[in-house]
Amino acid sequence: MKVKYFAWVRERVGKAEETIEPPATVRTVEELIAWLSGRSEAYAYAFEKPKVIRAAIDHAHVKSDAAIAGAREIAFFPPMTGG
Amino acid sequence: MISPVTACPVTIRIQADDFDIAREIAALTKSRTDIGAVVSFSGICRADDDSAKVSALTLEHYPGMAEDEIRRHADEATSRWPLNGVTIIHRVGRFMPGQNIVLVLTASQHRQAAFQAAEFLMDYLKTSAPFWKKEESATGTGWVEAHARDDEAAARWTKS
Repeated sequence: MKVKYFAWVRERVGKAEETIEPPATVRTVEELIAWLSGRSEAYAYAFEKPKVIRAAIDHAHVKSDAAIAGAREIAFFPPMTGG
Repeated sequence: MISPVTACPVTIRIQADDFDIAREIAALTKSRTDIGAVVSFSGICRADDDSAKVSALTLEHYPGMAEDEIRRHADEATSRWPLNGVTIIHRVGRFMPGQNIVLVLTASQHRQAAFQAAEFLMDYLKTSAPFWKKEESATGTGWVEAHARDDEAAARWTKS
């Protein structure tokens, strides 16, 4: 699946997007954040406060317990500040 | 019985270029005689933030989702209020104080629906459309933090 990062999450991870293949045991957004956090210090820094991070699956906001099965694109970003 | 169908065109644009409010209002009301009220909200880059003088603001967005999310809220607005037209333009890029950032136009037969829908749309643009602001000031650059007051403003529309 494709993963995208925005704003300070993107800056901390060090990339805007990538394709990942998490193991089948990673089933929810929350579990994906935990799995990503274990990849390197950069990811751990980006996701150090998982409660603050917002997620979207295929362009729709989701909660942290949302299932990631079948997702084409998952995005992680801080709370929005547009308008 | 056939109920009268009122056309409500919805225009959503995310662009780097500035917008011309008069031209957008003219486009919304062109050839229409059913519109009695147009409310216009402009969001402008401001130099005075809570703490430091802002010298520039950079707007980042999530292409694709930003349009989808704005469309969802525009659809909700048109189902909640009797609107005759909606225009939402959100700029992205780097802006100086005084420059336009966002435009919301709502057209209706009467002012109340237009006022309320414009407020509803702005409250949701601020809290749920995927845009992020980065501020530059004399003390450095940093991402703008979301305000609880914006969440509260959006939450009032879900109260019964």
